[in-house]
Amino acid sequence: MTKIGLEIHCQLTNLQSKLFCSCKANYREFSPNTNICPICVGLPGSLPMLNQKAVEKATMISMALNCKTPEKIAFFRKNYFYPDLPKNFQITQFDAYGPTSIGHDGKITIEGKEIRIRRIQIEEDPGRLIYEGTSEKTQIPLVDYNRAGTPLVEIVTEPDFDNPKQVRVFLNILVDLLENLGVSDPTLEGALRADGNVSVEGGNKIEIKNVASFHDLEKAIHFEITRQQSLVERNIPIISETRQWDDRRKITISARKKEEEQDYRYFLEGDIPWVKLNSDHFKKLREKMPESIASKRERYVEKYGITNQVADVLSSDKYYADLFEQSHDEKNAKEIANIITTDLMGFVDTREKRETSKLTHQHLTELVNSIMDNKITRNSAKTALQEMVSTGKSLIEIISEQDLDNVSDESTISSIINEVLNEEANAVQEVKEKPETVNFLVGKVMKKSKGKADPSMTLNILKKKLGIT
Amino acid sequence: MSGHQSWFDLNLGISALKYIGEIKNGNLTAEEFISKTIERIQKVDSKLHAYLSINEQAVEQAKSIDKKIKAKENVGACMGMPISIKDNICVKGTKTTCASKMLEDFIAPYDATVVSKLKAEDTIIIGKTNLDEFAMGFTTEFSAYGPSKNPWNTEYVPGGSSGGSAAAVSALECIASLGSDTGGSVRNPASFCSVVGLKPTYGLISRYGLISYSNSIEQIGPITRTVEDTAFLLNIIAGMDPHDNTTIDNQNENYLNDIDSGVEGKKIGIIKEMTHEGVDKQVSAATNKAISNFEGLGATFEEISLDMVAYSVAAYYIITATEAGSNLARYDNLRYGYDFDSEGYEFNSYLSKARKNFGPEVTRRMILGGFVPSAGHAGKYFLKAMKVKSKLTAQVNEALKKVDMLIAPTVPILPFRFGEKIDDPVALFLVDINTVTANLTEKPAISIQFEISGGLPIGIQLLGKSMQDKMLLQAAYALQNTVKLPEVPI
Ligand SMILES: [Zn+2]
Repeated sequence: MTKIGLEIHCQLTNLQSKLFCSCKANYREFSPNTNICPICVGLPGSLPMLNQKAVEKATMISMALNCKTPEKIAFFRKNYFYPDLPKNFQITQFDAYGPTSIGHDGKITIEGKEIRIRRIQIEEDPGRLIYEGTSEKTQIPLVDYNRAGTPLVEIVTEPDFDNPKQVRVFLNILVDLLENLGVSDPTLEGALRADGNVSVEGGNKIEIKNVASFHDLEKAIHFEITRQQSLVERNIPIISETRQWDDRRKITISARKKEEEQDYRYFLEGDIPWVKLNSDHFKKLREKMPESIASKRERYVEKYGITNQVADVLSSDKYYADLFEQSHDEKNAKEIANIITTDLMGFVDTREKRETSKLTHQHLTELVNSIMDNKITRNSAKTALQEMVSTGKSLIEIISEQDLDNVSDESTISSIINEVLNEEANAVQEVKEKPETVNFLVGKVMKKSKGKADPSMTLNILKKKLGIT
Repeated sequence: MSGHQSWFDLNLGISALKYIGEIKNGNLTAEEFISKTIERIQKVDSKLHAYLSINEQAVEQAKSIDKKIKAKENVGACMGMPISIKDNICVKGTKTTCASKMLEDFIAPYDATVVSKLKAEDTIIIGKTNLDEFAMGFTTEFSAYGPSKNPWNTEYVPGGSSGGSAAAVSALECIASLGSDTGGSVRNPASFCSVVGLKPTYGLISRYGLISYSNSIEQIGPITRTVEDTAFLLNIIAGMDPHDNTTIDNQNENYLNDIDSGVEGKKIGIIKEMTHEGVDKQVSAATNKAISNFEGLGATFEEISLDMVAYSVAAYYIITATEAGSNLARYDNLRYGYDFDSEGYEFNSYLSKARKNFGPEVTRRMILGGFVPSAGHAGKYFLKAMKVKSKLTAQVNEALKKVDMLIAPTVPILPFRFGEKIDDPVALFLVDINTVTANLTEKPAISIQFEISGGLPIGIQLLGKSMQDKMLLQAAYALQNTVKLPEVPI
């Protein structure tokens, strides 16, 4: 049986500062080696100052993944040499002497399958190596420490996945969950990274490292399963090792054998005292924890009668869910949900578009209430929405500028209908035989009125004129 | 030793408190004292090598403090008092070498917390003092820049690792100094050079800016000529620091208030394992005399056995090697260090080449530090050492329920000559048998100069309860006043 496990690294990008100093957790805007200080470059004599907010956020992740949390947590040193690691050890957590990491033994259910979470730990991100130069021979490695000390949470699963598709579903759910918790922005480059391990029936565990994206991870796992199965078929033993994903050739290549693996000489980080997590800590966090995606979904369906499909989309995307929460009331909830998941989605489907969007929740409330009061048609509403996103103008401004207000004057609509009936003789004949095709004519009227004709009034008048019900 | 009124017979041997009094009375200016101190350093330091670098701006700084005093502006409590700092504590803009070739050109870009606190009180940092490389050693013989000498006899080691600090204070090259104590590195040279040295409760003084050797047990500590001066310095440098998560809130304790409370009714335990076997007879005699002096002041004594002490030095070396192996790993010469062309080296070979700049003792401990906590050996060494640490702590805690403090000689042997023990690491390790217990148990301990025997100093050590540093100072003050010691010969 194929077994797949994951190790996910999630940067706590929503924190202000790094894990042990006051440099910015969001290092992305800085030119190389300018978001650094004596602490995160590991200058002689500097000491780590634990960012308590990171412990809070990590606790929230741990709680959201149904993990057990110890009463006090400890930090350890993982010792190894690498140019991007300023102190040549990483401050992390370690469970060898009993559970002292922020979470252990959790679980999450995806499509009816339970995935166990082995451990969640808080640790610091190293810096980054950047290679300058054209050919492999002339390449100069440069080190940028801006990222060094960025707060990371590592989530380790048990090998509970059967296939790459489950991995994809899990990662999607996890991304939504982390975003919903407000701990990380998954759209930021490098904010979420995952490594996998794969074993097939009759073989040893293979670790896959160096995977740039979740999409590649799925491919790498797929490749590994195929590779390992073919080895088994040919009776070639699978030796435990770490393999690198070669992004160019889309294959995994052997990196190091198990016995060559580093001895990290883990021991307690004496510069950070044990952190007690008393019941107050959990109580405070439970109050701060945002509603879970599942709970939102359920509430949307039950309280507002929103369809399962719409509720799914709305609850799992924090951006949409937040907009919805701020803009809706009892009456307009369903309509707002529909506007968001049908019209708005097309306008703000990328990070950049969301960042530049000028739309506010007041806009949405105003827009939907106007639709419900027949002041504007659904069609015009879409036009107005796009304008709101790009300019941030108020509905009233947009209506007057673009002449979008609803035509609900019977005689005006009547005269437009007459024009249409004259022009569409064939269609009129068809409607008389098959009344359900009347929407074609409604569409024509809407088009002629530039979308401003009140749709229900149009339909009623049409039916009356054609003598159908 | 008393204060003097004129430039010509100015006494560099006055205490910090006396210095401040003389400045306040207008009998002395900071400039006079600092200039005289520099003269003294120029005169004696070629023999002693207590200093690795001298503050060239010291006289200028003294002048500006004098100006503030004259203008009746706010002046910090130290009023230009000269203090030296062990060269493993960062002073902004100055070289901080750890007496290592590895940090030969490292200029600290920030002040250690203790240094900024001292500067805020208008202390003048007169210079940086010598030590064993990265504070690993007990003689300063492992300094990459050559050893310091004992002012009482320059053929003898000053003790270590804060040997430069203790020699400088003893030889009147400054009023006080800050050292660091990982296994006795403040108390041992204080004892060998006949001055006072305190290793405070772990967490009482911020370590921010102290270059780590074994961070879970070491502390910065004052070295002074009087117990009151140590209390005075502690008032300035102790307390919580947001830059060091291991610091403890001391409620702004004033260590100088009631320093003369005495020891009447205090119960003191004599540590059996530190006072009999292997103790030089002069040291033993001095210890007995100290005990009888204390008895004369109304203290009572009982012998207490701490059998875990037998394993303390082994545990100490395993823990310190483990932490040193990790703390010193950052010296890969990538971010700071010395000039070294990396062209043509693969990372690992570059690394081993760069690390060749460590001296023999550091190399020895780093090799040990790579071994004892490694996956296959941690159970046999590191974890066992941690077990000794916790058992020893339990034993000391138990003892301190019965008595107020413990007593033992600071070092069981008299100061020794250069070269006598440097080639025998195991013999050298036994020099710290009496001091490592305070570090492993996080307890405060102080060494007080008590006797000069055949021209060589002997110090007495008191070890107290956690956060009872003040009681220790009161007892040390009482003991100090029972003896009158000769002046330093140099
Ligand atoms: Zn920083």
